[in-house]
Amino acid sequence: MKEFLMIALGALIFVVVFQIAKASEYVSILKGEEKTRKQNNRINAFFLLGFLVFGLIGVWYCNELLYPKTLFPQGSASVEGEEIDSMMMITIILTGIIFFITQILLFWFSFKYQEKDNRKAYYFAHSTKLELIWTTIPAIVLAILIVFGLKAWFKITGDAPKDAIVVEVTGHQFAWEFRYPGPDKVLGKTNYKLYTPKNNLGVDFNDPASHDDIHVNTTMHLPVGVPVKMVIHSQDVIHDVGLPHFRLKMDAVPGIPTTQWFTPKITTEEMRKKTGNPEFTYEISCDQLCGANHFAMRGVIIVETMEEYKKWLAEQTSEYSNLFPEKSAPATNTTDSTAKQTAQVLETKK
Amino acid sequence: MSSVATVQHAGVHEVHHEHHHHETFISKYVFSQDHKMISKQFLVTGIIWAIIGGLFSVIFRLQLGFPDTTFPWLEDLLGHWAAGGKLKPEFYYALVTMHGTILVFFVLTAGLSGTFANYLIPLQIGARDMASPMLNMLSYWFFFLASIIMFASLFVQTGPASGGWTIYPPLSALGDASSGAVVGMDYWLVSMAMFIISSLLGGLNYITTILSMRTKGMSMTRLPLTVWALLFTAILGVLSFPVLFSGVILLLFDRNLGTSFYLSDIVIAGKILPNEGGSAILFQHLFWFLGHPEVYIIALPAMGISSEIISVNSRKPIFGYMAMVGSLFAICTLAFLVWAHHMFVTGMNPFLGSVFVLLTLLIAVPSAIKVFNWLTTLWRGNIRFTPGMLFSIGFVSLFISGGLTGIFLGNSALDLHLHDTYFVIAHFHIVMGVASIFGMLAGIYHWFPKMFGRYMNNTLAYIHFWVTIVGAYLIFWPMHYEGLAGMPRRYYDYSGWNSFKMFAGLNEFISFVVIIVFAVQLLFVFNFFYSMYKGRKVTNQNPWQSNTLEWTAPIHPGHGNWPGEIPEVYRGAYEYSKDGKEFIPQNVPVGEEETKGH
Repeated sequence: MKEFLMIALGALIFVVVFQIAKASEYVSILKGEEKTRKQNNRINAFFLLGFLVFGLIGVWYCNELLYPKTLFPQGSASVEGEEIDSMMMITIILTGIIFFITQILLFWFSFKYQEKDNRKAYYFAHSTKLELIWTTIPAIVLAILIVFGLKAWFKITGDAPKDAIVVEVTGHQFAWEFRYPGPDKVLGKTNYKLYTPKNNLGVDFNDPASHDDIHVNTTMHLPVGVPVKMVIHSQDVIHDVGLPHFRLKMDAVPGIPTTQWFTPKITTEEMRKKTGNPEFTYEISCDQLCGANHFAMRGVIIVETMEEYKKWLAEQTSEYSNLFPEKSAPATNTTDSTAKQTAQVLETKK
Repeated sequence: MSSVATVQHAGVHEVHHEHHHHETFISKYVFSQDHKMISKQFLVTGIIWAIIGGLFSVIFRLQLGFPDTTFPWLEDLLGHWAAGGKLKPEFYYALVTMHGTILVFFVLTAGLSGTFANYLIPLQIGARDMASPMLNMLSYWFFFLASIIMFASLFVQTGPASGGWTIYPPLSALGDASSGAVVGMDYWLVSMAMFIISSLLGGLNYITTILSMRTKGMSMTRLPLTVWALLFTAILGVLSFPVLFSGVILLLFDRNLGTSFYLSDIVIAGKILPNEGGSAILFQHLFWFLGHPEVYIIALPAMGISSEIISVNSRKPIFGYMAMVGSLFAICTLAFLVWAHHMFVTGMNPFLGSVFVLLTLLIAVPSAIKVFNWLTTLWRGNIRFTPGMLFSIGFVSLFISGGLTGIFLGNSALDLHLHDTYFVIAHFHIVMGVASIFGMLAGIYHWFPKMFGRYMNNTLAYIHFWVTIVGAYLIFWPMHYEGLAGMPRRYYDYSGWNSFKMFAGLNEFISFVVIIVFAVQLLFVFNFFYSMYKGRKVTNQNPWQSNTLEWTAPIHPGHGNWPGEIPEVYRGAYEYSKDGKEFIPQNVPVGEEETKGH
């Protein structure tokens, strides 16, 4: 019933607007079309000026309202992100200047040079000098932006520092899995064909390097101030490790591992104090449409001090000992079904 | 109409003669080979698609703006896709996908190029019709076929394609990955294949016609900028659509024949797939090799239309004609060399990324030239604010706003933060979505009197313009801030996220504005169809006092366009306010300005 009323109301407004519009057409014929046209011209020119003025106020107001909600007031949570933030500021300022100049000229010219009976348009077909000026200026501005941008780009996408902690990140519909290499600092080999619901990362437990690997899901712990290198995989469709607070992003592509490194510089605790938000959390958003629950593919990063991180790490047990609690010997001697299957798959692959 | 028919008889023209005698309802309105009728077919089909695509955005904006509210009427409309009055995520994504596909391809490619290339090319260059009217007709009917198939996919049990308009595999390749990929995706791909054929048939025709059928005296440097823009658009389409075609065919193979072009190392729904060695990134290269030129396929006609309308209504020549043509050419060339800027975060080689940064930001130079030239055209003009002119000014404003944010996204370092956030949504909706819609609407308002011999209602047009431009900025401007906060696009619900839930109020506001703007578009649609039959009749052959050739044709041009000889051209298209004459049409011989010009 409510919907019906809404539709009826909408239709009514429609009819009223249309009747007014139709009537204005007859009025214009009565008044003289040329006269009405000129009157409309003045009204629209005035509106264009009004649009400029209110538009500029709106831009300012929108900024007042929404800037505090962006990530810039709290600063980048990673060392590398600082570069992106300063780059962003340079770009905002340069494009902002161009934006205001061109928009003001556009609407001001429209208002100022509206049709007047005593005005003759000025025949001005071209000027090589002017055209050279506005080819050169944008080219210089862009050259500046390109130089700064690429400097940051090569730094961020360059090789990770040697002392970086390695964490393997795996995305699948619709969750994140993390694998830490353990004391030996080497991740065990994986093969997607070894997947079982229990061994959901397809780890080859015949590889001794896998025996001390630690698996966790959803929440990733990182120490502050130490570079971390993420090795990113996907098991099914393309996902994306989105780290808005750290200003980074990298796709997870099935069959093609990618990497991304960064240095967290503010712990979760510090950020909670800084933002005054006790619920503040570093979140990993999936930034590549990956299916029906894409919007719920949420991960969490807890950045903590080195002591806290080491304590947390010491509390974790390796996936191998979780899956094979009775074993300490190498998997080749085992009769456990998972390991057996592992061996079989590897056999058939050869 | 009878007077027109007699005039047509006077024009002794074989092609036209032959048609005149067999003209039935079917040959005149359905399987017409007259470029003007085909153009109207494209336009009306485009408008119908725009209503559908716009409606979809209203429905998914309801979910985004009011995630906790249920709308019982949605269940009546969509059945089990909105059980209990709340949209299901699967169908939310299907709507997002269809909205993008429809608006990008069916409205802003076929609806825009199809309409104006067909209508304006022969009339503005002085030709009786397209080089191949038959292929031209087929171009529309392949588009129609594509439309029918895409429309049918909306009614498939498992829903239409839902992997985004970019249809990245494996999501679009595997039925286990999303419900839209069960069958809906096959419809999408077949429809797109038909669409590409349509686009190629049209494009080849436009290029051939422009290059070889210009009237006497119409040298390339005398062409109106609309024709130049449509020429470059056609070239872009002809060279890039075949690449998407191959991408589409390979995806069809992967889906149905067990090939592994795009698939490798996949475990889905607990099943280990045998596919190995494919690359999901390969598809993105193939897709964006079309996808990026596609952006310019959409934008260039709008630029051409706006250039023409701004010049006519400022009563001034377009400033820097050659620079305008040169910048169109530069944009057209660079458009082929920047596709991978959509892929900065796919793990591409950083050096390769840097090359694409350089080439991408280069596009800003010709774009800036165009903007400054439009501004200079307005400077010291004597401006008439017809609805077409207002939409053209709106186009320039939006093109500036959206173009500048491209400088952020084209810089790979910033893209690391902004990629796939609302910043991207704001950027491309402003610069290619709304701006091009403005170009299209400007064109419709400007050439409606030529197309239908009647005027649209001005009051409705002004209401339409002002609500639309204010609404467009209210919708998309705040989205930049959401993007700067890292808010990802294509989320069904943000309430579960600490980082993004503070935008709930803003999302509600945006959705509210979307509904108003959509309602006003319906006002335009009504104005369009009403005026077609009941609008004020055009009595002046050249109502805008324009120089181009289409206004030398009769008010109701018949098949063949000019009853007698095709007019000969003696001058460029933009001689406004030259030597004290307000305008000098192109067909006025040198030395005879006094008699014909004002």
